[in-house]
Amino acid sequence: MWEYKGRLSKYLDKLFMIFGLLLCLTGLAVITILLIDLFIDGSPRLTLKFLISYPSRSPEKAGILSAWVGSFLVMFVTVFAAIPVGVAAGIYLEEYAPKNWVTDIMEINIANLSGVPSVIFGLLALGVFVYMLGLGESILTGGLTLALLVLPIVIMSTREAIRAIPQAIREASYACGATRWQTVRWHVLPYSMGGILTGVIIGLSRAIGETAPLVTIGALTFIAFLPSPPISTEFPFISFRWLLDQFTVMPVQIFNWVSRPQKEFHLNAAAASIILLLMTLIMNGFAIYLRYRFRRKIRW
Amino acid sequence: MGMRSKKEGTVEALLFFSGAFSIVVTGAIVFVLFYESLRFFKEVSLIEFFTGTVWSPLFSNPRFGVLPLVAGTLLTTIIALLVALPAGLVTAIYISEYAPRGLKEVLKPLLELLAAIPTVVYGYFALLFVTPLLQKFIPNLSGFNALSPGIIMGVMIIPYVSSVSEDAMSSVPMYIKEGAYAMGATRLQTAFRVVVPASFSGIGAAFIIGSSRAIGETMVVAIAAGMMPNWTFNPLEPVQTFTSYIVQISLGDVPHGTFEYSTIFAVGVVLFFITLGLNVISFFLRRRFRESY
Repeated sequence: MWEYKGRLSKYLDKLFMIFGLLLCLTGLAVITILLIDLFIDGSPRLTLKFLISYPSRSPEKAGILSAWVGSFLVMFVTVFAAIPVGVAAGIYLEEYAPKNWVTDIMEINIANLSGVPSVIFGLLALGVFVYMLGLGESILTGGLTLALLVLPIVIMSTREAIRAIPQAIREASYACGATRWQTVRWHVLPYSMGGILTGVIIGLSRAIGETAPLVTIGALTFIAFLPSPPISTEFPFISFRWLLDQFTVMPVQIFNWVSRPQKEFHLNAAAASIILLLMTLIMNGFAIYLRYRFRRKIRW
Repeated sequence: MGMRSKKEGTVEALLFFSGAFSIVVTGAIVFVLFYESLRFFKEVSLIEFFTGTVWSPLFSNPRFGVLPLVAGTLLTTIIALLVALPAGLVTAIYISEYAPRGLKEVLKPLLELLAAIPTVVYGYFALLFVTPLLQKFIPNLSGFNALSPGIIMGVMIIPYVSSVSEDAMSSVPMYIKEGAYAMGATRLQTAFRVVVPASFSGIGAAFIIGSSRAIGETMVVAIAAGMMPNWTFNPLEPVQTFTSYIVQISLGDVPHGTFEYSTIFAVGVVLFFITLGLNVISFFLRRRFRESY
C-alpha cells in the first residue's frame, strides 16, 4: 500500500514537471505563432515608401512617417520630464527620507500609482494639460502624460539601483568630510547609473507602446504633416514651436488602422506593429545588455 | 560652512518636492475625476447610475445605468483570470521549484517579454487572429465578443501573476522546504502542501494584481470587444467595458464642458476606485509576505 502510494506520488511529480514545462513552452509557442502571423500579414507592406509616407485614405499609399516622428518627439519630452523628477524622488526616498508617516504615504502612493490604469492618466491629462493649462492636444501634452505614467517605474528602479550600493562607500565618503549631497552626487549616483538607465529604458519601452492615454487626450486625428522643425533660420536658431503641434504616434496609428473594416488597412496595421515591436524589443534588449554589463563591471 | 549647509538644505528641499510630486499626481487624479464628473452626478442620481441596466448616454433618450459596463468589464476580466491564474501559478511553481537554473534564466526574461508587447498589438491578435480561429469552433460567435479579448488579456497578464507569485514562493525559506523533503515528500507535494500555503498572501497579491490589470486594460477590449454596452453575461456577444467606453467617447471629438464629456469622468471615477481598492489590498498582502519570514 505504502509502496504504491509512494510510487504514485513520484509519477504525479514527474507528470507535473512535464506539464509545467509544456505549459511554459505552449505560452511561448502561442506568442511565436501570433508573431509569425503578424509578420506574414505585415511584411509585404514593409517598404521604404511605407516609412516615409503620410497616412492616407487609400491603404496602398498610406505610411507611418508622421507616426514614428511623433513617437520620437513625444519620447523626447517624456525623457526630459520623467528622469529628473523620478531620479530625484528615488534619491530622496533612499538617502534622505526620515522614517515617518510622510515617507510611508509617499511609498504607498508610488506603489499605487504604478497600478493605476493608463487610461486614467489620459483623463488626468485631458482635464489638466489639455484644458486647465491650455496646452491642447500637443506633443508637450502627450510627452508629459507618458512621463507621469513612467514616473513610478523610474522611481522604483532608481531606488533599487541605489539600494544595491554598499554602505561602506557612503561611510568612506563621509569620513573624508563630504556632505550628504556630495556623497550622493559623486559616489552614489555614478555607481547606480547603470541600474537607473536600465529602469529608464524599460519605462520608455512601455511608454512607446502606450495607446489609451494618448487616445484619451485626443491624439487620434488625421495627421498628414510633420511638426515644425526644431531649427530655425532666425536667431536663436532653435525653435520649440513643435512642442505645441498636433501629433500622432505609432500605437495610435495602428489602432486607427486596425479599427477600420477594410482588410487592406489591417495589413498596414500589421506592418506598423512589426516596426513598433522592433522598437520595443531593441529597447528591452538594450536594457538587458546594460544590466548585464554593469553587473559584470562593478563588483563590490 | 554657512554656504555649504545652505546648499545642502536647498538640495534636500528639491529632492523632497520631487518625492512629494507623486502625491500631487494622485491628488490631481482624484480632483480632476471628481471635479469633471460633478456635472454628471448633478443630473443623474446615484441610484439610477448604479442600478440601471441600460447605458445609452449619447442617444436622444439617454439612460445612465452603469451595469452594462460593469457586466462587460466583469466578463472580460473573469475570462482573462481563468486563463492567467492557473497558467501563471503553474508557471511560477515550475520556475521556482522544478526548472534547472539554466532554463530558469532563459524562461524568466522570455516571460517578461510577454509583458513588453504593446497592448495595441495584442488587440490586433484578438480581433484578427483569435476571433476568426474561435469562429471555426463556435459558429455563432460574433465578430466582436468578450471571449477572445478576454483570452488574449489572460495571456498578457500571465507574467504579472507568475512573477509576483514566484517572488512570494522563493521567499519561503529553504529550511521549510528541506523539512518537507526530509519527510520524503516529492517536489509536487512540497510545492502544493508547503510552499503554496506558506506564500499564500503573496499569491493572493498576484491574483489581485492580475485582476486589477485586467479591469484597467483598455486597447484589447476597445479593439476586439465591440464597444457595445450590453447587459449580458454571454461571452459570445459584443460588450463594452469601463475603459473602452472612455476610448469610444474620446474618439469622437466631444467638446469640453458638455454633458457627454462629463460621462467619461464619471466612468473614470468608478474605474479608479475599483483598481485603487484592489491595489491597496495587494500592497498590504505583499508587505505581509515580505515581513513574515
